[in-house]
Amino acid sequence: MTLRTTISKGKTVVKEGRRSALKLALSKSWRRHWQLYLLIIPPVAYFIIFKYVPMVNAVLAFKDYNVIKGIWGSPWVGTKYFELLFQNPAFVTLIKNTLYISFYSLIVGFPVPILLALALNEVKNAKFKKTVQMVTYAPYFISTVVMVSIIMMFLSPRLGIVNTIAGALGFEAVNFLGEPGLFRSIYVFSDVWQSMGYSAVIYLAALSGIDPSLYEAAKVDGANRFQKMLNIDLPGLLPAAVIILILSVGNIMAVGFEKIYLLQNPLNLSASEIISTYVYKMGLLNANYSFATAVGLFNSLINLILLLTVNAVAKRLSNTSLW
Amino acid sequence: MSKLLSQANRSTVNPRSTIRESFGDRMFMAIIYLILTVVLIAVLYPLIYIVSSSLSSPAAVSSGKVWLWPIDLTLDGYKSVLRNDQVIMGYGNSLFYTAIGTLISVALTIMIAYPLSKKTFVGRSPLMMFITFTMLFSGGLIPTYLVVKSMGMIDSRWALLIPNAVWVWQVIIARTFFQNSIPEELSEAADIDGCSDIRFIFSVILPLAKPIVAVLSLMYAVGQWNAYFDALIYLKTQSLYPLQLVLRSILILSNGTGNMNLGEMVKQQQMAELMKYSLIVMASLPVLVIYPFVQRYFVQGMLIGSVKG
Repeated sequence: MTLRTTISKGKTVVKEGRRSALKLALSKSWRRHWQLYLLIIPPVAYFIIFKYVPMVNAVLAFKDYNVIKGIWGSPWVGTKYFELLFQNPAFVTLIKNTLYISFYSLIVGFPVPILLALALNEVKNAKFKKTVQMVTYAPYFISTVVMVSIIMMFLSPRLGIVNTIAGALGFEAVNFLGEPGLFRSIYVFSDVWQSMGYSAVIYLAALSGIDPSLYEAAKVDGANRFQKMLNIDLPGLLPAAVIILILSVGNIMAVGFEKIYLLQNPLNLSASEIISTYVYKMGLLNANYSFATAVGLFNSLINLILLLTVNAVAKRLSNTSLW
Repeated sequence: MSKLLSQANRSTVNPRSTIRESFGDRMFMAIIYLILTVVLIAVLYPLIYIVSSSLSSPAAVSSGKVWLWPIDLTLDGYKSVLRNDQVIMGYGNSLFYTAIGTLISVALTIMIAYPLSKKTFVGRSPLMMFITFTMLFSGGLIPTYLVVKSMGMIDSRWALLIPNAVWVWQVIIARTFFQNSIPEELSEAADIDGCSDIRFIFSVILPLAKPIVAVLSLMYAVGQWNAYFDALIYLKTQSLYPLQLVLRSILILSNGTGNMNLGEMVKQQQMAELMKYSLIVMASLPVLVIYPFVQRYFVQGMLIGSVKG
């Protein structure tokens, strides 16, 4: 009896002690940093208004949006819009296109910068190395609109340089952007062209951080250059590569909407319509707010699940993870 | 010291090892140089082709005579671009959005990144989670659009400056920089001297943080200069359009050249084609001109960002 009360008393004392310690720390921190607490108000307000309010607004997916009544006044309709989406014959195509394009660009786009960095790392001629780096880095700064127009001009069936050269070699002109079968490759390889130099930077940094004594040891053991690359460079890159892989998987459902939207035309639509372009058209162009919100929410959820899954797998396999 | 030693070691070992290099290793290096040369040409060629085309005569461009260097050197393309009111207006608007937008973005980023870097700031880890979560999950296009609409920002310049002002990645980069490069003792000393946090930021942090301010400004500025999607969904009035949206209507939808007034149909078409090349060069010029000078900062920014902390 007495023991129990003492213990429970002790517990409350500890609890109170913790709480008052936190209070004390907070009031101390406030007294010392009150200006910083005021300073974070605008950016925190930004995150609340433009990031968290939209998350709450996503309940729109479960309501029949009525402009006059607003989001909260509109009537609930349950999962009506999700059912509409799943029953929609276009749904399967949308998912297929989205996943196809994302995995294609992941499979091609992920290893290329690593290979570029590995190759650059072998080059001893500083001038050549710097030139290649500078040139491959530059296209990263080209805007999406300009990039897409470059693609369109180069691949134009009438005036494009690609068809001009192909014509000189005796091939027939191809309307590249009108072929659904070619759309994904055009998207993926133009992306590789634009971003490989930029993405290689991280890997180059990881390579320069490798302990030189490892190379010395390999030399003593009689390893050739290729073996050194395979056994020292590649494992050295692994942590950076895993992080980047996780991040890009997290972006899988958010594949370059801006670029794909601009590259779309009625001829290639069967391969180029992805979830995000569909949301834009349904929502903003057709003013079908609730339905588009449901589609968008579905997209975000898949994205989140993919990210968490890959992160967990990476944590187990290589001990590297985002958190 | 050990670094110096190993460098010295390598430079003495290297000459001998190059002599002893095996046939396999030499083949390997040859393949690497070959691959890199191919990559170099593949990236460089389209860039040269665009610049050359923009400087060639309309007829040469349309008939496919240009393949590497300019044919019949002329500045006609650039002249017609500069005569296009839409383009000039877009240029002006983009300069405005880039300048003001970068200022707002950098200010907001530092306002949250600096407190997040302080160990004595209670609540920094929940705050960090609060911010990072927005990278993982978002409300989506329509809910965001409705918020911007309810703020009365549709069809106003604010819509391009505020809704995308803070990028979480930039906050992480800035926070990491403050944590790693500004010693805690500095702020303790300032505290003892009775210097307030705000004053400390202005007179100590910002002068020390020049590299990170440069990184943030550059990344935000390039992002703002290249952005088109926010303008596409939020703006209706053409006089507010940034350059990228004007480019889209001329380059991709091909309907912005109506006011060129060039008589002959064919000539006009050729001219329109040439103008596209000149436009591409002009639109990319500001970023590409500063690029060699800023590349170092970009690399620095990426590297700071890749350090977990």
